[in-house]
Amino acid sequence: MRYLPLTPTDRGAMLSRIGVDTIDDLFIDVPEAARLDGPINLPPHQSEMQVERDLLAMAAQNKTASTVPFFCGAGAYKHHVPASVDHIIQRSEFLTSYTPYQPEITQGTLQYLFEFQTQVCELTGMPVANASMYDGSTATGEAVLMAHRITRKKRAVISARLHPHYRGVIDNLSDMGGFEVASPDDSVNGVEDLIALIDEDTSSVVVQYPDFFGSIRDYSTLASEVQSRGCLLIVVVPEIISLGLLKRPGDMGADIVTGEGQSLGNGLNFGGPYVGLFAAKEKYLRQMPGRLCGETVDADGKRGFVLTLSTREQHIRRDKATSNICTNSGLCSLAFTAHMTLLGGQGLRHLAELNHARAVQLADKLDSITGVEVVTPTFFNEFAIRLPAPAEQIVEALVEKSVLGGVPVSRLMPDSDMDDVLLVAATEANTEADLEIYEAALRDVLKGVSA
Amino acid sequence: MNEMTPMKQERKQTFTGHQALILEEKLIFEIGSADKSGVDLEPVPPVNTRLGDCMAPAKPDLPGLSEPEALRHFVRLSQKNHSIDAGLYPLGSCTMKHNPRLNEKMARLPGFSDIHPLQPVSTVQGALELMDELAHWLKTLTNMPAVALSPKAGAHGELCGMMAIRAAIEARGELETRRRVLVPESAHGTNPATAALLGFKVDEIPANADGRVDLAAFKDKLGDDVAAIMLTNPNTCGLFERDIIEIADALHEAGGYFYCDGANFNAIVGRVRPGDLGIDAMHINLHKTFSTPHGGGGPGSGPTVLSDRLKAFAPLPYVVAGENGFDLIELEAQSGDQPFGRMVAFHGQMGMFVRALSYMKSHGSDGLRQVAEDAVLNANYVLASLQDVMTAPFAGPCMHEALFDDGFLKGTGVETLDFAKAMIDEGYHPMTMYFPLVVHGAMLIEPTETESRDTLDLFIATLRDLVRSANAGETERFTNAPELAPRRRLDETRAARQPILRWQSAEETAQAAE
Repeated sequence: MRYLPLTPTDRGAMLSRIGVDTIDDLFIDVPEAARLDGPINLPPHQSEMQVERDLLAMAAQNKTASTVPFFCGAGAYKHHVPASVDHIIQRSEFLTSYTPYQPEITQGTLQYLFEFQTQVCELTGMPVANASMYDGSTATGEAVLMAHRITRKKRAVISARLHPHYRGVIDNLSDMGGFEVASPDDSVNGVEDLIALIDEDTSSVVVQYPDFFGSIRDYSTLASEVQSRGCLLIVVVPEIISLGLLKRPGDMGADIVTGEGQSLGNGLNFGGPYVGLFAAKEKYLRQMPGRLCGETVDADGKRGFVLTLSTREQHIRRDKATSNICTNSGLCSLAFTAHMTLLGGQGLRHLAELNHARAVQLADKLDSITGVEVVTPTFFNEFAIRLPAPAEQIVEALVEKSVLGGVPVSRLMPDSDMDDVLLVAATEANTEADLEIYEAALRDVLKGVSA
Repeated sequence: MNEMTPMKQERKQTFTGHQALILEEKLIFEIGSADKSGVDLEPVPPVNTRLGDCMAPAKPDLPGLSEPEALRHFVRLSQKNHSIDAGLYPLGSCTMKHNPRLNEKMARLPGFSDIHPLQPVSTVQGALELMDELAHWLKTLTNMPAVALSPKAGAHGELCGMMAIRAAIEARGELETRRRVLVPESAHGTNPATAALLGFKVDEIPANADGRVDLAAFKDKLGDDVAAIMLTNPNTCGLFERDIIEIADALHEAGGYFYCDGANFNAIVGRVRPGDLGIDAMHINLHKTFSTPHGGGGPGSGPTVLSDRLKAFAPLPYVVAGENGFDLIELEAQSGDQPFGRMVAFHGQMGMFVRALSYMKSHGSDGLRQVAEDAVLNANYVLASLQDVMTAPFAGPCMHEALFDDGFLKGTGVETLDFAKAMIDEGYHPMTMYFPLVVHGAMLIEPTETESRDTLDLFIATLRDLVRSANAGETERFTNAPELAPRRRLDETRAARQPILRWQSAEETAQAAE
């Protein structure tokens, strides 16, 4: 067994140092009824080569984003990650270390977490950010719970234009925790009246930016109206690259900003692992969930970093903690920070402009097809189109033409009467040729539909 | 080993601040510039923007670095970290075992890493097959009928298990009455935090003199207001809960559910199936038992197995095998059951699923059993080799970790923290300190199965020398430690009193001071 260093001789000698005859003697506390005589009914160990063969065979059955014109978004985006990022996160010292509880020998992790927090603050326009959460959806769920703690209220008003999975996470936490949620009616291109839903029990209003259908709105007015009613505005950013080009939620007056950081440094990975972003106003610092890394000095007066304010956390506060969260997304936040460092502010702006330009080009192309209508007036790199046929059917037909054409809204919102609406994303990973192939394929597919 | 000679010499000062291979490294914000970039992008085609009134006036004020500078920055940072690859990392309860590189390679296959969670299921059949096969391994190893794969980490898996329990209690119409969750005082902090998050009242159960749940005290606490017990097995003292079946039976008779914290499943995998112990839900830390890398604090992955009594409440989404291949059940309407809801966007930590399945296939049923046996053997070897000089609060055998208290340090002027910090100078990451809370000055050592006997022998000899030193009154070796690490002890009080949580320019700092 290639991963186990002990030899049979070692094992014998060690058992005799311990003073027992067999390994079974070390398992004597297991009740007899639960002892197994031999191996469980699963295949025996395999060579590295055989495992590789098995997994390669499974991997080969999947259509990968880089090999076809690819336009899926809805909270996970195909971006190019520089090769050096993956090299950095595979450094043994980052990959195989634990949470930095011994700061003297984990300054590497701590310093990049401090850099990560600083980058998240600058991108969102917020004064404090934590060292990451599991992903954007769970970060958003935690933000709602945090708003409830701060305001001592228990109802959240949630935009119908929030990602349905994010909404699902909030609904579940609310249901389980005895909290309430309220939402206006679904609408693909309407403007919602969220203020009208605020009542005296409301802690917060949750909006997405750009929203689930791709729309961009300035929430400055909303922020002041929400705050004048004693509530917090939570702004959710599932595509962090957008903040390379858009006004920052913090500058609009957001109280808490959550986001999905996957687009920087992290691959699609079929949905995980990703990296949740969480930032807030300074006055809410002590109600934040998750790990925080802070600057300090060592016994020689040299600058160093430590995990701090842990009296909020479960390992100290137990049932009084701000959250049950224990891990963050350490390595994914490193990938985020490394990619962001390679880009710099100028590179990020350029990347964001390129994403937007590709989306505009694609929107114009698709809008020119008879029966297709772009229904998102303002957008960053993703928009909704209305089709003359059910979107799921069109997407399947596009697969036949080796185009992954987007995410049907009905897959996430089956009861929304939006069977004909498709979310389409374009990024820097799409070439102009990809856009042309998509347009031609869609024209072709729709011809079949009308015939 | 040579006798320790007290080191009195100050470390040599250098012009650069570097000390040979320990290189000082500034923050990105102090070395980069906003007009520098390590990425070449295609030119932006001219288009009429559709950003409405939301375009930012300027680029983000974040510095960039060229690729060579960025690599040097992060490589220098990495060199200030201890890691499993570099040395023993005996953190009890954390399971710092070798991370096979095959698993990294497999997770990076484009067929797994370059697929979108919402592309048509017809285009991701291999990914769903992998999830289905992982589920099969987890269910078989635990003898449990169902598993929820989506939880993102151990604590998230706990939340999943307790949510399933809450949903089952609600379905029985007992939500108003079953409010209490029993949690041993030795539990991980996440257990009471999770119960509280769901609105349950946490009721602590004391430990007995053996370091296990006090069975009589537990039975006294049972009643029709008890929703569940959250019990770690093997427990956080590194001991198997001998009465676990009796606990499960009594609990079930009283109408409660058994949540098992599976953080320590690595001690029994392949030898004991939790389903045979009467548990109803257990999370499995893929980053512990199945060796997905800890990555400096995540990402983790916490699939949660569920019993027959709970499986109908498993959260969305999940994979099912049908006649035409695999399908994903993502909506309640598609499910014939009563899923309690959704824990996370998308389907869970796919990257970790690939690594864990690669690990399982590599070890096989026989190898996994050997994993548990070697982990337990190594821990008992450490316990047996140190218990004459250090104090073990509970009699062995232990399972995968050896627990000591600070009794042996009494009167030496050395505390658990100092003892741990002295290990750093000797090249070791310290063991887990001050946990579990039921033991005074706890030191919890988990060597794992991937350490050789030679490595353990040197570790044991080192600890014995440290004990000798403490008894000989060589307190400087401890109270000044670490002296040889990239940093000496850090001022955590200052960090908490005046939190500095991001870098600010000199101007910003001056403005803030005004």
